[in-house]
Amino acid sequence: MQEVTEKKEFTPTIVAFCCNWCSYAGADLAGSSRLTYPANVKIIRVPCSCRVNPMFVLKAFQQGADGVILCGCHPGDCHYVTGNYYTRRRMALLYSFLNYMGIEKERTRLEWVSAAEGARFSAVMNDFVKQVAELGENKRLTDLRVKEGE
Amino acid sequence: MKDVELKMLERAKALLQSGEVARVIGWKKGEFCYDPAPASFESVEEMENGFVYNWFCGANLSKYLIQMAKKEGKTAVFLKPCDTYSFNQLVKEHRINRENVYVIAVECLAKLDVEKMKAKGVSFITDVEVVDKDVKVTTAYGVETLYKPDVVLSKCAVCTKTHQVKDEEIILHERPEREVNRFEEVEKLEAMTEDERFAFWREQLSKCIRCNACRNVCPACSCVKCVFDNPASGIAAKANDDKFEEQLFHIIRAFHVSGRCTDCGECSRVCPQNIPLHLLNRKFIKDIDTLYGEYQAGEESEGKTPLTTYTEGDTEPNDVFNGEAK
Ligand code: SF4
Ligand code: SF4
Repeated sequence: MQEVTEKKEFTPTIVAFCCNWCSYAGADLAGSSRLTYPANVKIIRVPCSCRVNPMFVLKAFQQGADGVILCGCHPGDCHYVTGNYYTRRRMALLYSFLNYMGIEKERTRLEWVSAAEGARFSAVMNDFVKQVAELGENKRLTDLRVKEGE
Repeated sequence: MKDVELKMLERAKALLQSGEVARVIGWKKGEFCYDPAPASFESVEEMENGFVYNWFCGANLSKYLIQMAKKEGKTAVFLKPCDTYSFNQLVKEHRINRENVYVIAVECLAKLDVEKMKAKGVSFITDVEVVDKDVKVTTAYGVETLYKPDVVLSKCAVCTKTHQVKDEEIILHERPEREVNRFEEVEKLEAMTEDERFAFWREQLSKCIRCNACRNVCPACSCVKCVFDNPASGIAAKANDDKFEEQLFHIIRAFHVSGRCTDCGECSRVCPQNIPLHLLNRKFIKDIDTLYGEYQAGEESEGKTPLTTYTEGDTEPNDVFNGEAK
């Protein structure tokens, strides 16, 4: 009899915060152009990338995300004119800080995706999923104590 | 320090007597010489009975002004160099009405950490005098001399701050200028691997008992309703959640004060678990300095902070790790 050695392949859970005006529309375009991106990317629509409070990112990790990506309009193209410039500073500091706490830097990303970039949206997501899959499960942003010795 | 204390007492009494101020915020004698506590004095008698200014007055008095400056009449306050940054920052955030406060800048010369002294083996301390780098400790058993740099508060060890605000000053001895690098420990952590850093912070943060002392003492944490006080968030207290709890609290707290933290060092000073909280805030300060230009919160009492402004050419978040990119 053949031994069952096959292991279930790890599919990471990805949370993607997408700005309503550009990236979310970009995702839509990807869909209507029949471009694929993995089903494990959970999109959360936000009015602007700067709506994303650092707490959202951490909560996503806490509740089981293995990677978090933020997508917004290209700098200069923000629907609210300057929102994404603030996002850029906040996330630069937050991502750097998370890495300082020992969180793998490959788990966080920010990409600017316009409404016309359906193909880019799909490429970015495929790439990010691949990157996080290589890293494996997110263990560091869950409980510090119960994970001891795992 | 006794001479300074006398001068302070004299000035405070005069201000109260003349009615120029309605109260004075200072330090009150504790049970021992090493446990003075912040206090408000409303009369000359209260000042004479309780006032103290010694080597253990490390507490930052500026946050008390949020409440005190709302009261009737002017409030006088004694501020050490580092405290004036917190004061300015609070004025900038419209938490304190500058008009209602009379700032008396007082000399500091670094404050002592009684825990560090006890760790050196002295106990039953009854009095302390400092001459240059010698800390002469009188105890129930006699007199011992400690080396001052070994026993100053961590925040004082790397302090180069100078008074940023004053209505008058009481400075009898100047602190000699020094060269220090307050980012040394942050740099050490940055040089570690991700695994090592994670292990370091896991060890440190798992000691946290969520007493909230760091938050309550912090002049930058002045929200009336804090996100961590909202039970619906699931992170209001330790008992509510056993998942990811300390990390979340500390990451969010450090983020919320970034660009506003003056590095006053109070959080690390009050932590009963001796968690090096300043290493969290200093990482933000260091990143802000490298990415957006040197910035010291509290130098000014108006204007924008690094997170309330931007430039078109700011660094992309994907490129910021560990100073790998600029
Ligand atoms: S975070 Fe700590 S060092 Fe910064 S302002 Fe608050 S108490 Fe002071
Ligand atoms: S003071 Fe120390 S133990 Fe208390 S909540 Fe802050 S870090 Fe935790």
